[in-house]
Order: sequence, then C-alpha cells, then structure tokens
Amino acid sequence: MTREKNTFALKSGLARMLKGGVIMDVMNARQAQIAEKSGAVAVMALERIPALIRREKGVARMSDPKLINDIKKAVTIPVMAKVRIGHFVEAQILQALDIDFIDESEVLTPADDEAHIEKSEFRLPFVCGARNLGEALRRIQEGAAMIRTKGEAGTGNIVEAVRHWKQIQREIHSLTKANINARAKEYGVKRNRVDDVFQARRLPVVTFVAGGIATPADAALMMQMGAEGVFVGSGIFESEHPEKMAEAIVQATMNYDKPEVVARVSEGLGEPMKSFAIEDLEHKFAER
Amino acid sequence: MKIGILALQGSFAEHAEILQTIGADFSFVRCREDVQGLTHLIIPGGESSTLTKLLKDSGMWEEILKQVQDDTLQILGTCAGAILLEKLGMDLYCDRNGYGAQQESFLADLQSEKFPNLKGVFIRAPKFSRVGKKGINLATLQKEPVMVEQGNFLALAFHPELVGETRIHEYFLKK
Repeated sequence: MTREKNTFALKSGLARMLKGGVIMDVMNARQAQIAEKSGAVAVMALERIPALIRREKGVARMSDPKLINDIKKAVTIPVMAKVRIGHFVEAQILQALDIDFIDESEVLTPADDEAHIEKSEFRLPFVCGARNLGEALRRIQEGAAMIRTKGEAGTGNIVEAVRHWKQIQREIHSLTKANINARAKEYGVKRNRVDDVFQARRLPVVTFVAGGIATPADAALMMQMGAEGVFVGSGIFESEHPEKMAEAIVQATMNYDKPEVVARVSEGLGEPMKSFAIEDLEHKFAER
Repeated sequence: MKIGILALQGSFAEHAEILQTIGADFSFVRCREDVQGLTHLIIPGGESSTLTKLLKDSGMWEEILKQVQDDTLQILGTCAGAILLEKLGMDLYCDRNGYGAQQESFLADLQSEKFPNLKGVFIRAPKFSRVGKKGINLATLQKEPVMVEQGNFLALAFHPELVGETRIHEYFLKK
C-alpha cells in the first residue's frame, strides 16, 4: 500500500484549504487560542511581531522551538512559523518540530543575501513574500506552495500591500504570447512558469496579502481587490482590544463584499496598532 | 433541486469546478438566506473551527440544523466538512487531524465497490474513529472508513475536489 507524501499537490493543497481565511501572528499559546477562537484559519508563531522587531531592531531570527511547541499544543488549526531568508537550517528545525507551514520571511533578518532556500527539497510547504510577478515566480520555482504580498510589515500601513498586489496583477495581465520568452528571461524563471500564468491569468498557487493590515476595512479592501486571504501580523495583538479586533478582521474578510457587515464589526474597536508613514521608516523589510 | 456550495472559507472553488464539469447548476452559499430552499449543500474542506464559528455567527448554522431536522437537506462534507456533519448530528466520531500534521498528508488508493479506482487526497485529515450503526462505509483505506453515508449525510475524510474526481458528486446529486 503506497502513500504519496510531501508532493507539491499536497503542499499547495493545504494552502487551498486556507483560502478565504485570516492567518494571525501570535507570540504565545494564549494569543494562539484567542486567534483560533476568533476564527483564524492558521497561526504564525513568532517571538516578536513585526512592530516589535521594528522597535527593538537588532537581528530577528527563527523563534525558540519551545515557544513553537507550546503554540502547537494550544491549537488544532495549522501552525506556521518564520525562518530567515536563505536560512535552510532554521527550516530544517521547523520541519523537525513538525509544524504545518514555513514562512521564509523578509520580516526576519536575511541570512543569505544571494539566495533563498531550495524549498522543493523540504517535506513541509513554504509561503514566501513577493512584490512583483518575477519575485513570486522565482519563489514558486524554488518550491513555494503559497505566495503573499510583502507589503510593509509592522507599519499598520496598507499602501505597500496594495502596491504589491496591483503590481503582480498588472504584470500577470500584461503577459502576451509574444512576450513570454522575454519575461521568463527577465524574471529568471523557466518559460513554462510564465506560460502557466499567461494561460490561467493568475499565479499557480494560492495568493494572500500581507504587510500592513490594521483594520477590518483593510482586510476587506484586499479581498475586494482579489486576494484569497490575509495575513495579519501586528494588527491584532498591537491593537487596543486584540480579541475584538481578531474577530472583526475575520468577519470582514469573510463578508468583504457586504459593507453593512464590515461597518458593524468595525464599531468600537478602540485604537488600531500604532502606524507609520512609509517615508518615515528606517528600513523597508520588503526590499530584502 | 437546488444545490449550494458553502463558500465562506476553504476549497469551495474546487467543488464548483467539479459541479461545472458535470454540468450541475449551483449557487454559492454565504448567508442565512442562501441556505433557504436548498435541497443539496456541499461543505468544503477548510478549517472546521473557522467554518463553525462563521456559520454560527451568521445564523446559517441554525438554518442548516433546522433543515437537517426537517429532513429536507442532503449534505456532502469533505474533510473539515465531515467534522461539521458530526456537529450537525451525524452519528460519526471524527478525530481531528487524526492522520497527523501536514508532513503526514498523503495521496492513496482507496478501496470502494461503488467507486472503483478511487484515489483520496488526505490533508491534515480527520480520522473516522467510530461510525454509527446506521452509517454505511462507501470507501475504506486499509480497512478504515473514509467515506460514510448515513441518511442525508455523506462524509468524506478526503478531497475529491482536489483531483477532479466527479463520481462522488454525481452520486450525491442523485440522492
């Protein structure tokens, strides 16, 4: 009796099950339970949410395995965790911890400024950030089973996520039979990768939005623009009332096309996370 | 006959593709009113805790439960959908993530008289650790039940919608 395991179809299949959902950054088991109770489809376990990484500076790394295990024990929804770009040993550790999904993330300090992890060699699925079609396709060629916009994490400012989403869509729709070869060369990917996108008029993997979602309206905005789900990093646990905010963002993501519902859930949420203009930032994570 | 696919979260687009392939008309179900008048409802794969919460908060749960009790609604549930069927009253015990975390997700050949050469994609799938007396096993994996029919309920631990398998949907729509 043979069982096929860890194939790309199974990896991208899990991403498909997350569609329409909210994936929340959590820093401990209690927050993970709040996230699950609010209706999150998965949690992202990390020691410091992006807003704290910005504030505290220094090198941001993969979280302590103990923290990840505690969070794993606390919930039944999938558990994701972040590794530094190019840090394949951190990815091996997460795989050994038997979590469900790895995020090779620009929010952490990159470990390799030349190359990303060869993700197809791993049993676990990976999600990666992208600002444009070339970046998305390079990550997919390396084995990513899910893509998210990079946006600008920890800012509470949606403008970069919108920019990256529109850029990817614009580039997808500008593909023609005549420019596939040139684009493949420009992006540094195989021709059939670009051709698949040209045929389907979309990325071949589930695509979420991340980086700057701070309110239910932000989540609904991205869903109306065509996102298949959202990651919320600092937006929940840096807000005044995390439980209410978590639930409201889940409701707004599901009811993105019903303004009366988004209005109702947006009532009395208190202060969102402390937010920043992009031009005031010391570092842009997205450039990593 | 009025077919609906629960389209709050999860693999609803994949179920829609299957129904399009077999030429069945359907609507996406996203609020309480959408449930009314349905004869067939498909609950897709996704996260069962998320789906349960969204269904309850929107009042859809009550409406579905009412139609289950009135015996007017056939429901197909895949993976998370099967867990919801248990919560809706099907006599089935689902062990959540019973086959393990994502690394244990797999594709395997299933044994089924009704559906020869059936393949099952199991993604963090629930294990049907107990099937009620009225439950009929329609497919098994190494003798374990993975597809159970009980009255108006049809529960699958796997995802036919991910591999273009149409026979189960055709069977469901004949119910």
